[in-house]
This record gives sequence, C-alpha cells and structure tokens, in this order.
Amino acid sequence: MITLHRLTKDFPGGVRALDTLDLTIGDGEFFTLLGPSGCGKTTLLRTVAGLETPTSGTIHINDTDVTPLPPGRRDVAMVFQDYALFPHMTVSDNIAHPLRIKKVPRAERATKAADVAHRLSLAELLHRRPAQLSGGQQQRVALARAIACHPTAFLFDEPLSNLDARLRLEARTFLKRLQRELAVTTVFVTHDQAEALALADRIAVMSHGRMIQIGTPADVFQRPATTFVAAFIGSTPMNLLPGRHTDGALHVAGATLPAPTGTPEGDLVYGVRPEYMDVLPQTRPDAFPGTVSVLENLGTSTLVTLENDGTLIQAVVPEGDEPAIGTPAWALPRRSLLYKDGHLLQAPPRKPVYTGTALL
Amino acid sequence: MIRHTVGRLAATVLIAVALAFFTLPMLWLASAPFDAGPAITTSVPEFTLRNFAAILDNPYALGSIRNSLIQGGGAAALVVVLAALAAYALSRVRVPGRDVLLYLLLLLSSVVTGTAAMVPIFELATRLDLIDTHLGVILVVSGGLLPAAIFILKDFMDETPTSYEESARVFGASPLQILRHIVVPLVRPGLATIAVWALASVWGGFLFQFILLRDPDKAPGSVILYTLYTEGGAPRLDLISTFSLLYSLPVVAMYLFVSHRYGFRFHGGIKR
Repeated sequence: MITLHRLTKDFPGGVRALDTLDLTIGDGEFFTLLGPSGCGKTTLLRTVAGLETPTSGTIHINDTDVTPLPPGRRDVAMVFQDYALFPHMTVSDNIAHPLRIKKVPRAERATKAADVAHRLSLAELLHRRPAQLSGGQQQRVALARAIACHPTAFLFDEPLSNLDARLRLEARTFLKRLQRELAVTTVFVTHDQAEALALADRIAVMSHGRMIQIGTPADVFQRPATTFVAAFIGSTPMNLLPGRHTDGALHVAGATLPAPTGTPEGDLVYGVRPEYMDVLPQTRPDAFPGTVSVLENLGTSTLVTLENDGTLIQAVVPEGDEPAIGTPAWALPRRSLLYKDGHLLQAPPRKPVYTGTALL
Repeated sequence: MIRHTVGRLAATVLIAVALAFFTLPMLWLASAPFDAGPAITTSVPEFTLRNFAAILDNPYALGSIRNSLIQGGGAAALVVVLAALAAYALSRVRVPGRDVLLYLLLLLSSVVTGTAAMVPIFELATRLDLIDTHLGVILVVSGGLLPAAIFILKDFMDETPTSYEESARVFGASPLQILRHIVVPLVRPGLATIAVWALASVWGGFLFQFILLRDPDKAPGSVILYTLYTEGGAPRLDLISTFSLLYSLPVVAMYLFVSHRYGFRFHGGIKR
C-alpha cells in the first residue's frame, strides 16, 4: 500500500510540479497516472521512488514513512522509459544487478536471473548484450530486473512508449497478466489514454500537478469529471459543444434538446462521444445539422466530421453506413454529458432510445 | 583539365615535402642506433649492435627507464583516479559556476606546469621534504595534468545517461557501487586515453624531473638522455640515438595496445 499525504513538490524557479496530493494506492492494485507531458506524473513517480525530494508532505509504503529514506531503502523497483539496461553487461548480469548490489553470491545470482528470465521467455538470451536485443526483449529484461529483487511496489515510467504500435499491444497484455500473477502494487505512468484504460484498476488523471479525477477506467471514460478529462480520454476526442439552457430546453449547435431536470440556466458545454452519435439522412429537431466534410476510416467503423458554421461535430458510423462527402446530415446524440464552468453536472440527460441502427 | 592536373600535382608535392620533414627524424631514430659512426644525417648505416652494448654499460640507463615507469605509472594512476572522481562529481552535482571553475583550472594548469611556477613549487617541495623523491615528481606533474584530464573525462561522464544511475540507485546501489559497476566500465575508453596521455606526458617531461631530483639513481630517462655527452661537451650521438630508441619503444607499445583495445577518444559517447 502506498499512501501520499499532502505531497507537494516545488522546483526551483517557482514551478509547482505536485500540488498537495492525497492518495491511497491499495495492495496489489494497478494504478495508472495519466496526463499530458508536464502534468507532474513522472515527478510524482520519481518522488515515490525517492529520486526527487518532496518540498512538503509524506509518503508511506506499507505504514513505513519512507519520505526521509534514500531510494535504495524503499524496497521499490523502477522501470524507466529507456529501460536503463547497462550496455556493458549481459542480460543475465543486468537482471542480477540488483542482487549484486545486495551482495548475493555470484552462483545464487545467476540461478535467480535464469529463473526470472525463463519466466519472461528470455532464457535463450541470457548471454546477449542489450544492443543485440529487440525493443520488446529489452523491455522484458527491464521487467525481469525489476522482478528479480522482489520489491513491494513496481514503479513504471512509460515503459511501453518506446515500442512500436503492434508490440505495444502485446506488451500491454503481457504486463497486465504478469502483474495479476505477481499481485505486486504497481504505479504506472503514461500519457496514452488507451494504455491507461486497458491496464489500470484505477486511473488518476493529472494536470498541472493536481489530480483532476481518480476512478476506475469505466468511471473516467463514462463520466469525465471535467471538460479537460473529457477531451483527454477516448481514442476519438469527445465533442464538446457550447450551448445555452433557456426556457427549459438546451440550444446546442443548431439542435434543440430536452434539458434534464435541475439543469441550471445559462451557458453550458454539451459533451457527447462520437461513438454515442448516430448519423441520420433526414432532419430532426434534436439532432445536430451539418455538412459531411471529412470521412476517416477507422477499420470497422468510420469517423464522420460534420461542419456547421465553423462548428465541427464528429460521429462514428459502422462500416458501410458512411454518408457521402458534401451531403447534409444530422447527428443524433444517444448519451451525453453536461458541463458548467468546466465541471460535470450531476444527472446525465436521459435520451430517448433512437430506434435506428444500433451501434453498440 | 591541365590546370586540374597541375593543382593535384602541386598539392601532392607539398604533402610529400611536409611528410619528409617529419619523417626524416624518425628515419634517423631508426637507423642511427645501428650505425657504427652516426652523425646528424640520415644515411645507410654501417650495421652494428655495439651501440646497444654501450648503452647497457651506462650505469644509469636501465635504471632510468625503471624510474620513468615508476613516475609515469604513478602519475597516470593518480590522475586517472582523481580525475574520474572529480569529473563524475562535476558532471552530476550542480555546482554554481562549475564551467567557470573548469575553464579557470584549465587555464591555470598551463601556467602551473610551465616554468613560471617553478620557484614556488621547488620551495614547496623542499619544505614538504619531497625533493629527490618519486612521490614529489608524481604529485607535481599530476597537479599539472589533472585539470585537462577532468575536463576531458567530464565529457565522457556527461554522456552516460542518468537513468542508468537512477535505476541502480533505486535498487540500493551506493555512489561507489554505481561508479564501479556502471560508470567506470562505460567510460573505460576515456580512462584509457587519459592514462596513456598522462604517462606519455610524464615520460617526455624534463624540467620538473631535472629540478626536483638530485640523485641520478632516481632520474628518469628524459633526464639521463641529457647526460649522454662527452667530457668535452659534444653529444654522444651513438648513445643518444640508441637510448632514444629504447626509451620510446615502451610508449609506442603502450599506444598500440591501448589503441587496439579501446581506441582513442577525447569525447564521450557510449557504444551500445
């Protein structure tokens, strides 16, 4: 278990990288820190590792206050983005290096390294140098080195971002399975929302040194707490359309939609994911009108961009249902969220189920 | 076309002349030791090995090579160890005015090793009882070599990614373990270059050794070379050439070995 209490980190020059963070990460949990670059996620990870000293606040690992301890006495293992494999050592020596630091006898080190390597399908590569390995193999060696010293927590700093797209998917599945088997508390830093959603038990979305939202991948995906999270999560960005609530109805981008009870009057932002929109060929008052301007093939579906007076509205349609470019079309939201002043309003507006093509 | 050919020809001749200028002394060094009557000319030698027998009869010749080894080796070892530690620290720790400090040291070192500081250094060595000791020579010449050595090695240290060290630190490595397990193996070409360069500088160095050492039993080869004159003051070219050849062979051998093993580099960068 890792507990942060009012953790703050100021860098010289007045940059506040971490802003009074409170967080508890449970035993065996796969916890992901997600955010754009410069949001403080890597600083947080390095502070937990002990590579950075917090300006104030405390870090506890399993009820021990590790804040004043040097990195080596915190019993954590870290995997770096560049893997930090030592180019002058063989795979076996690299994996066994943490044991060498702890002055474990040579023979025992080699046996242990071979065990872990076998588990990660590296047994054939023990005598190679890192330069002779592929990116995926290097990444597994870095994992093996972390596993070999039996830490209480794994700290991963974007370990998959140097792999090419296909390998990254394989490594993701592999990593999640491995973490399940070992049941070691894991903190995983990434800027890739898909990776975070796929891997995490819980995600913290960070921005400017603060945690904007903490929740399960489903929470964060379905009910983003702010427009920042809404825009960040999802492989196709959410439509965030400016609108106005007057006379009991929402007026958004040329459509008039029923307002859910309790919605405050005034300016709002109407959020709807492209996946939760249907594209219709005929007008409806509660659908956004527009002209089809771009079609992007996503494989099993197509991302349609409608343009209406400079407002862009995106919707995902199943393959074969694409409208023609330049034709008028109407996008009907099925599931939406309302934001006021950047924050999510409580009850999501109920949408009558559209009886056309079912998408999900 | 003709102008091109003439240009090429002129360039080739120029290079040939320059090469000859530097090659002739080398040829002399290769031929004179085997010549029965060497002079300041390069000629086909009247072959003999007598000169080698004569130099071995000199009471100080062989001892001086041993002295050179002690002083050069000692200084090289000291410079490598101290420069590695200092360069590592300067590369990793933020010291205000670090670059100014380095440049200042580099500037001063050329003054300190020069004749300008000879009197105070002699005075210091006398008070510390270091006159006529190998240690005295080693300390003084190392002091002169260190700034440049630190400067060169810092570049090598800068090129070692900090993530290597951070990774080792998270696993509990002490700074000395990091230096021994990771940094030293990675900057080994730099260390080898510095070691050879330091040894070669001391090997050919004359002034400090000449002034700090009184006892000819402790004098290095570069000083002994200066004694190979007749009583009348004429240079014994047979002995000088033979000793020069013998004296340069160890350094040449070392250069070849280190260059073969590590390759000389004066800049950092890790071969992955």
